[in-house]
Amino acid sequence: MSEPVIGQRIRRVEDRPLLTGRGRFAADIDHPGQLHMRIVRSAVAHGHVRAIDAVAAKRLPGVVTVWTGTDVADVPPISFRMMRISGLEPFRQPILAQGIVRYVGEPIAVVFADDPYVAEDAEDLVTADIEPLAPYLDPTLEPPPFAPGLVAEAAVVRKEYGDLAAAFGGGARVLELGLAIARQSGVPIETRGALAHIDSSGVLRFEGAAKVPHQNQRALATMLGLALDRIHLHEGHVGGGFGIRGEIYPEDVLVCLGALRLNRPIKWIEDRREHLIAANQSRGQRHRVRVAFDERGFIRGLDAEFWVEQGGYIRSHGVTVIDLTAAMMPGPYVIPAFRAIGHVRLTNKTPAGTYRAPGRFEGSFVRERAIDAIAAALKLDPIEVRRVNLIGPERMPFKRGLDTLGTEIVYDSGNYPAFMDKALATFRLPDLKRSLAERRASGEMVGLGLGFFVEKSGLGPSDKVKMSLTPDGTIEVVCGSASLGQGIDTVLSQIAAEKLNVPIAAFRVRHGQTDLIDEGLGAYASRVTVMTGSAVSLAAPALAKKICAAAAPLLQRRPDELALVDGRIGQADNPAGPDITLAELARTLAAPLEVEARFESSHMSYPYGLHAAVVRIDAETGAVAIERFFVAYDVGRAVNPTLVEGQLVGGAAQGIGGALYEAFVWDDAGQPLAASFVDYLVPTALEIPPIETLVLEDAPSPINPLGVKGAGEGGISAAGAAIASAVDDALGNPGAITRLPIRPDDVRRHLRGR
Amino acid sequence: MKPAPFAYHAPRSLADAVRLLTELGDDAKVLAGGQSLVAAMNFRLARPAALVDINRIASLDFVNSEGGTLRIGALARHARFERPLVEGVLGGLLPYVARHIAHLPIRSRGTFAGSLAHADPASEWCLVARTLDAEIVLTGPKAERRVPAADYFQGVFTTALRSDEIVSEIRIPLPGAGWHGGFAEFSRRAGDFALAMCLALIRIEGGRIAEAKIGIGGGADRPLRIAAAERALVGQAPDAAAFAAAADIAAREIDPMSDIHADADYRRDLVGAMTRRALAHALRA
Repeated sequence: MSEPVIGQRIRRVEDRPLLTGRGRFAADIDHPGQLHMRIVRSAVAHGHVRAIDAVAAKRLPGVVTVWTGTDVADVPPISFRMMRISGLEPFRQPILAQGIVRYVGEPIAVVFADDPYVAEDAEDLVTADIEPLAPYLDPTLEPPPFAPGLVAEAAVVRKEYGDLAAAFGGGARVLELGLAIARQSGVPIETRGALAHIDSSGVLRFEGAAKVPHQNQRALATMLGLALDRIHLHEGHVGGGFGIRGEIYPEDVLVCLGALRLNRPIKWIEDRREHLIAANQSRGQRHRVRVAFDERGFIRGLDAEFWVEQGGYIRSHGVTVIDLTAAMMPGPYVIPAFRAIGHVRLTNKTPAGTYRAPGRFEGSFVRERAIDAIAAALKLDPIEVRRVNLIGPERMPFKRGLDTLGTEIVYDSGNYPAFMDKALATFRLPDLKRSLAERRASGEMVGLGLGFFVEKSGLGPSDKVKMSLTPDGTIEVVCGSASLGQGIDTVLSQIAAEKLNVPIAAFRVRHGQTDLIDEGLGAYASRVTVMTGSAVSLAAPALAKKICAAAAPLLQRRPDELALVDGRIGQADNPAGPDITLAELARTLAAPLEVEARFESSHMSYPYGLHAAVVRIDAETGAVAIERFFVAYDVGRAVNPTLVEGQLVGGAAQGIGGALYEAFVWDDAGQPLAASFVDYLVPTALEIPPIETLVLEDAPSPINPLGVKGAGEGGISAAGAAIASAVDDALGNPGAITRLPIRPDDVRRHLRGR
Repeated sequence: MKPAPFAYHAPRSLADAVRLLTELGDDAKVLAGGQSLVAAMNFRLARPAALVDINRIASLDFVNSEGGTLRIGALARHARFERPLVEGVLGGLLPYVARHIAHLPIRSRGTFAGSLAHADPASEWCLVARTLDAEIVLTGPKAERRVPAADYFQGVFTTALRSDEIVSEIRIPLPGAGWHGGFAEFSRRAGDFALAMCLALIRIEGGRIAEAKIGIGGGADRPLRIAAAERALVGQAPDAAAFAAAADIAAREIDPMSDIHADADYRRDLVGAMTRRALAHALRA
């Protein structure tokens, strides 16, 4: 074995086209003869569609056709790819409204034209006669009727263990908190885009796929009545995903339907206004939580009820976010008795799905607010209260007593107390506390806050990869995962290079193409490194064996006498003996040498981390500035520490956005008021301090061959919790912050009230 | 986010531009930097039937000072003000203000005069024009009008500008010796529209404030001078107590707007805070 490759800070292998302006994103793709699709969207939050008049639009020169709901009534609504619990079907979204609209931005008609400007002109000419109904906007209010025989509460998700009554009885101290997290979402720099055309062999080709191409291939095939080999999805470069990009939406189905019915290539590129009213949003939860604890601050029981603004429909995630919110809420603490009840309520707002750390950003805020409240009530150090509650290393693997996403939650490995000590030492907590105390004494409003969290990663059940030595000597790794920019080519190449003992430059990773491999779950739930990476690590020895077998006759040795060393095949016990390079061997092959491997896992792995924030409040304006933000994270094993740090930094930036800036808001009529970047405030480089990171590998996962855990969401999980805690501290008012984002006018209100 | 159809004209002279505006009527808009107009057109919030692009009219591209007046032509971009253009208090103050306008790409394109034509209540240049008693030169088909800033701004996006006129020039009287100027602005993120801002100028004579100009932007529907705060400062020593008193008056006098980023009470707080800071900045600068 030569130099290790896993664990090295290798530069990303996929960046050359991106850095040299040669990226090909959805909008960069064009097909001869293509039509441009434009969606006509409801301007009304809730109402009966009496009539849609498209006559004038159809007459506009350049317009090929306009469809309304009746034209696509034969296409079924969009189904669920995850968390399909019973009873959700009536709440699915049709691809164009069928007689009723449920949010501003809902597709009510679609225009196909030979020019994108004309398509938008035609959109203007489509008029809708909609009889308004009262919008349902506050999910804590009693849900109104949704449809005959249904109310606007699609499900109630319930998770519990332990004896809650006992926990709250017997002299326990009890606190109750009301908390809220605003509607927020990932806003990838590349908006959604979809192109569909029929190739010369009659296969429908969909470009602009992301995240879950294979799952969407199956969904589209079912909806459109196509055999799986008649529709293929293709991922190009993707400008960010964060959970929302790549899910199946009405527009994806409509481009396919357009290509099939009109026999022309169809192109649709979402504009930013559409993105902010029509693409999945997330968060949007209100919590009421009761916590019972003893004099040491040990939590005896946690009882949470929460209300989720699902928006107009249940989209492809089913009740994933609600399930995760409930199941991940106990986090790193023992909490012997627990109950969470989540109400999934269909408000007349943009439908919701997942956004980076779904359920954990919210649940961590709730849990860590509760811990801080206990510390304040008992006048104890919040760090000590956390320590009293942490699950000890002797209890690992720890059965949480809950399930999520169809898997039993078993924290696979970890030493939470040791991790916290290490993290706080790296952050130089005592020095920091001293300097903050001095600054406070001199009149500054500064504060420190923490959030401890458990993440989850590596959702199964399986991933398959194909690995082959191609005639030019390149080793191709084909997987069904997807790249949203996170560095999958690099990570999989590193794993393959180490396991095969071949230089990293020899590898080419292919992903997101349904015609190259017949299955793949995609890129979500921090699963790619764990699941696809493990599959790669299993494929490598199989390919090495085949390579040695193919080289054996050429080197006149038995295969078991040969080994791959640094890209050359030679005698395992005689480095000076004859050898052959992969490229030389490849030239002799009639066909590529190919292997397949599959990694299966019925459990997720559970990385964990700690966020700490130092904030300064401007007392006159209420503005909160983040002076320092620190993320410590045990990722089990870092295939590429630079990429792990990048994930943490990017996540933290979004976490700061969620903590201080980002909120979708509506007026009383359900009109969205944050439908541009003037009003939906994404933090810029000027608002984000340098993010300090500590990546640890002290608790490798025992449930996969690499020991890895996922890194995608650890930067954001407890950012809201830590910043809320720091703002409380700066205000000198424990428990002041009860909702995210923390707006400067909220802070001012607290200051005025002093 | 593609604009509705429009006709495009690119005249080479101011006279041609004004003639076009006269011919085209209310549905024509002047395009200079386009940083507000084009975005509004892309959202289809603005649907001008015609654009009169004045970027090729070389005679409008100037900034100079003569006879105690800073003269700003219609094509002077924001970025031009990032370096000192004049002596005296505005030498440092205008670059400081300019750097608060949006972000560099916008500053390199948008124009001073365009800001005044658009009249966003949160525009820094509108506040500068109002506070410094600028004259806005409006060129129409028949003649040129010079409208004092006090009369020019009439409300949100509403001014004395007629549809057949162009904001061809802004004339700012240069404050003389003894003037100190300061500026403070608050926005949620760097470069966002101000929720409140203040431009403050004070002339100090013998250790006392002899004259004061207090302008508030972002708080109400147009940039305002707060005469009561100005009067309160005159005769006072330029100290924290005087500044705080003036700031309280400004906060009280303003009739604040309310939107999703700041309600009226909070804006009032911010007006007070920004007034105090602008005055303190004036003393330091």
